[in-house]
Amino acid sequence: MNPFSSGTRLRDMIRAIRACKTAAEERAVIRKECASIRAAISDNDQTFRHRNLAKLMFIHMLGYPTHFGQMECLKLIAAPGFAEKRIGYLGLMLLLDERQEVLMLVTNSLKQDLNQNNQHIVGLALCALGNICSADMARDLAPEVEKLLQFRDPNIRKKAALCSIRIIKKVPDLADNFVDPVVSLLKEKHHGVLLTGIQLCTDLCKVNEEALEYFRKKCTEGLVRSLKDVVNSPYVPEYDISGIADPFLHIRLLRVLRILGHGDADASDCMSDILAQVATKTESHKNAGNAILYECVGTIMSVEDNGGLRVLAINILGRFLSNRDNNIRYVALNMLMKAIAVDAQAVQRHRATILECVKDLDASIRKRALELVYLLVNESNVKPLMKELVDYLEVSDQGFKGDLTAKICSIVEKFSPDKIWYIDQMLKVLSEAGNFVKASVWHALVVVITNASNLQGYSVRSLYRAIQISRDQETLIRVAVWCIGEYGDMLVNNIEMLDIEEPITVTESDAVDVVEIAIKNHSLNLTTRAMCLIALLKLSSRFPSCSQRIKEIIAQYKGSLLLELQQRSVEFNSIIGKHKNIRSALVERMPVLDEATYNGRRARSASAAVSTSLEFASNLSNGVIARTDVAPLVDLLDMGADEPVPPCSSGGNFLLDLIDVDMPSSSSQSGTTQPQKSGTDVLLDLLSAWSPPPQKGSPTTDIILLNQDDKPSVNALDILSSSMVPSGEAKPTGPYMMDLLDVFGPNPATPEESGPTFPPIVAYESSALTIIFNFSKRPENPQMTDIEAMFTNKSSDVYTDFVFQAAVPKFLQLHLEPASSNTLPASGYGSITQKLHVTNRQHGKKSLVMRIRLSYKLNNKAVLEEGQISNFPRDL
Amino acid sequence: MIHFVLLISRQGKVRLTKWYSPYSQKERSKVIRELSGMILTRGPKLSNFVEWRGFKVVYKRYASLYFCMCINQEDNELEILEIIHHFVEILDRYFGSVCELDLIFNFHKAYYILDEILIAGELQESSKKTVARLVSAQDSLVDAAKEEANSISNIIAQATK
Repeated sequence: MNPFSSGTRLRDMIRAIRACKTAAEERAVIRKECASIRAAISDNDQTFRHRNLAKLMFIHMLGYPTHFGQMECLKLIAAPGFAEKRIGYLGLMLLLDERQEVLMLVTNSLKQDLNQNNQHIVGLALCALGNICSADMARDLAPEVEKLLQFRDPNIRKKAALCSIRIIKKVPDLADNFVDPVVSLLKEKHHGVLLTGIQLCTDLCKVNEEALEYFRKKCTEGLVRSLKDVVNSPYVPEYDISGIADPFLHIRLLRVLRILGHGDADASDCMSDILAQVATKTESHKNAGNAILYECVGTIMSVEDNGGLRVLAINILGRFLSNRDNNIRYVALNMLMKAIAVDAQAVQRHRATILECVKDLDASIRKRALELVYLLVNESNVKPLMKELVDYLEVSDQGFKGDLTAKICSIVEKFSPDKIWYIDQMLKVLSEAGNFVKASVWHALVVVITNASNLQGYSVRSLYRAIQISRDQETLIRVAVWCIGEYGDMLVNNIEMLDIEEPITVTESDAVDVVEIAIKNHSLNLTTRAMCLIALLKLSSRFPSCSQRIKEIIAQYKGSLLLELQQRSVEFNSIIGKHKNIRSALVERMPVLDEATYNGRRARSASAAVSTSLEFASNLSNGVIARTDVAPLVDLLDMGADEPVPPCSSGGNFLLDLIDVDMPSSSSQSGTTQPQKSGTDVLLDLLSAWSPPPQKGSPTTDIILLNQDDKPSVNALDILSSSMVPSGEAKPTGPYMMDLLDVFGPNPATPEESGPTFPPIVAYESSALTIIFNFSKRPENPQMTDIEAMFTNKSSDVYTDFVFQAAVPKFLQLHLEPASSNTLPASGYGSITQKLHVTNRQHGKKSLVMRIRLSYKLNNKAVLEEGQISNFPRDL
Repeated sequence: MIHFVLLISRQGKVRLTKWYSPYSQKERSKVIRELSGMILTRGPKLSNFVEWRGFKVVYKRYASLYFCMCINQEDNELEILEIIHHFVEILDRYFGSVCELDLIFNFHKAYYILDEILIAGELQESSKKTVARLVSAQDSLVDAAKEEANSISNIIAQATK
């Protein structure tokens, strides 16, 4: 052996690696091999180049980096002999992918090899091109491949056909060039060529509408004849699979016919006989036969209507569904999803079987079946189906509960025949799988309960019963605590008993017990426990007899380490202790949330979420997109208008909606509720002004969300804070709300002036820069809004040459007045103000929206910030 | 279209990977990790299909090896099972009752065979005989080249003695 070669043979290296007992040993062996391969590469050693590359491929498969060998592939490909080229191309396909720039260097070698006389070398080049070519290579080499479609050897023709598929997928513009060659490929007798020709035809039809029309006219009959030939062909051992001649060819023919027949009655007519023959005559004992039947059913479903065939197809699926083989049942469920669009009635007949599949052991089958059931539900069968699903929820395994719960909730919301049924079903779901229920779902439940004035008593009593049984379902506890807080009196006094209800006796202290147990449960989320405090505050007014006890419970949290609980405890304690005169007014029931508005908003946010989840699926390369907790906060401030709403933020996002939903309903009432509306926003501003720049997972973020979350707190505080409105900007101080309570407590809330007022908003907030907008309306011209923008700089550096620019859509007119200064002092000491006048010609229809740009100099370096403001109050 | 082919041993070791859609090296190892976790833990009586990231992975176990192919939602899963079997039969014929060790020591041969069956994620040839013939024709080309090289080096070696 050559003493300068890289030592061991491939076989010896594999043995050495396999002999390693630990990962460290393996790494050591590989390090040694890689070192000698690198040395050989730098010596430009030729004798063992192919062996080294083979070794590298093995090392690569084990997951070690091998980029240093990429150039070796190119050298081997450039070598004249077949042996070198073969391993070179293999290495190219294995070690590189189309996104690496090294690949461009190989284009020339590929071109030469495609023009070789040796068919095996041409085959290698075609294979490599078909597997990894990039768009640029596709453009460069398409003429060669096109030429090879007429090569003398059929094995090259078939490779060229598949290579063309890759080319037209990369560059659809090139599709035209391949249409004519395909027509001749489709006439071939060689199975490999026919197979690949049909595949190319199918893909051409997908990328190019004209090609589809052309093939439909010219080739449908020929393809139908080919299918007939292969169906009726005698036994050929070469192509026979379990008694069927070339099932692969069958399947590809059926697939191309599906595309040709779709939306074209003549073509569909032409193929109906043979489809019927395949559907009835194909042997279904073996997988190959079933694969053909499955493909055939798919084709029947998508070609133009032919009643008889459809019945045949649905029957095949019915047979599949009762098959013992899981694979067959899986594909049946899959196809039934498509069949629903065609013939829902026929699919309904298999409902019982499908429902059984939801309970299957196999997760893939369960998932398919559940999706199918979801499509099968309608008004008439929702009750029995739901009973089955909810019953199954009890026993289903944990991994499946999430999916199942989401689907059940969605069905209940969509098809509930009446509210009591809806409430009943939701309660069942909450008690079985409350931890899987999404925030939007239980919020919707709360909205429904507040709207169903005759069912509030029933709901709170049912919730009380449910919570006695299952105490570990967080969402159930939230809803129950909320309802007990709101409707505690109905629970205790059995108000609005329905006939179907069994009477229960709950004393006032029983009700308080429930909330006390919940708040003391440390495994529960902070939000839930904060909700408990509000419920307690409400109960202290509803149950005067328990007031003292409640006060004690609340007082226990004065020293809580959780800021949110502590703050609430202190505030509520002072309400109970010092402000008895306003307490009952403070804790009145929540105003009814407007269902229609709420649903509308929810649908919108849901569709946004859906679109992002689709994005998730399609965006494979990103895999998991990690979203930080900042997102909800950003959403709250509506700064993220350009960004898709991440699904995970549904909580925060939705909570804002809840508050917004509240607004129209309160504004529809008379002047006295007006302060509430503005109050809510003031509170919001208070909080956001007070929050530090968003940080990932900062506790402040949570607290802000919390405050939004708990409408009762907003309700309780907004009346108080409403008198803040005229005073304009919020001071960025934490204990501010405490002051509020003490200062304003004894005074009744001051009534608002007559005209509509709008609370200031934080229009823009970056790490250092905050813009607050104050609004004033001119009574004589409702279209006109005067905005006073106030810029503050929280960073430690002074901003000079500060310029604010804004742009608005066409329906708005904007006039900017000169700014008060162009120097923005540091650390929030002082600010710049600037007046803006906006005329909204679509007043009442569209709300304001604005793009802004801020330029300034920071340490003599120009900085530019841009943003969009879309959180203007409505009706501006 | 088949997006990739994986051969994983029961211990989770990768025996063959072939990517027909662009995945970076990092994504590749992530995919392999994710899928081997999902597939190797599945019970024997369950269906051969796993839904994953909006795709479907069809897998079949032969002795200690799992053959996996990833396809689009609308593709024919049963046919992929047939393609896997087709591949296995050809391997079997080539190696003479193939076992995992054959695929470890002759992994490049397995790739050559796969390249005669699939290109661009599509089936190329439905005849096992044709595939076997093409692969052995190429093998003999390589052998001839080797022999020639050997004989030349022998001549040189003898001449320089």
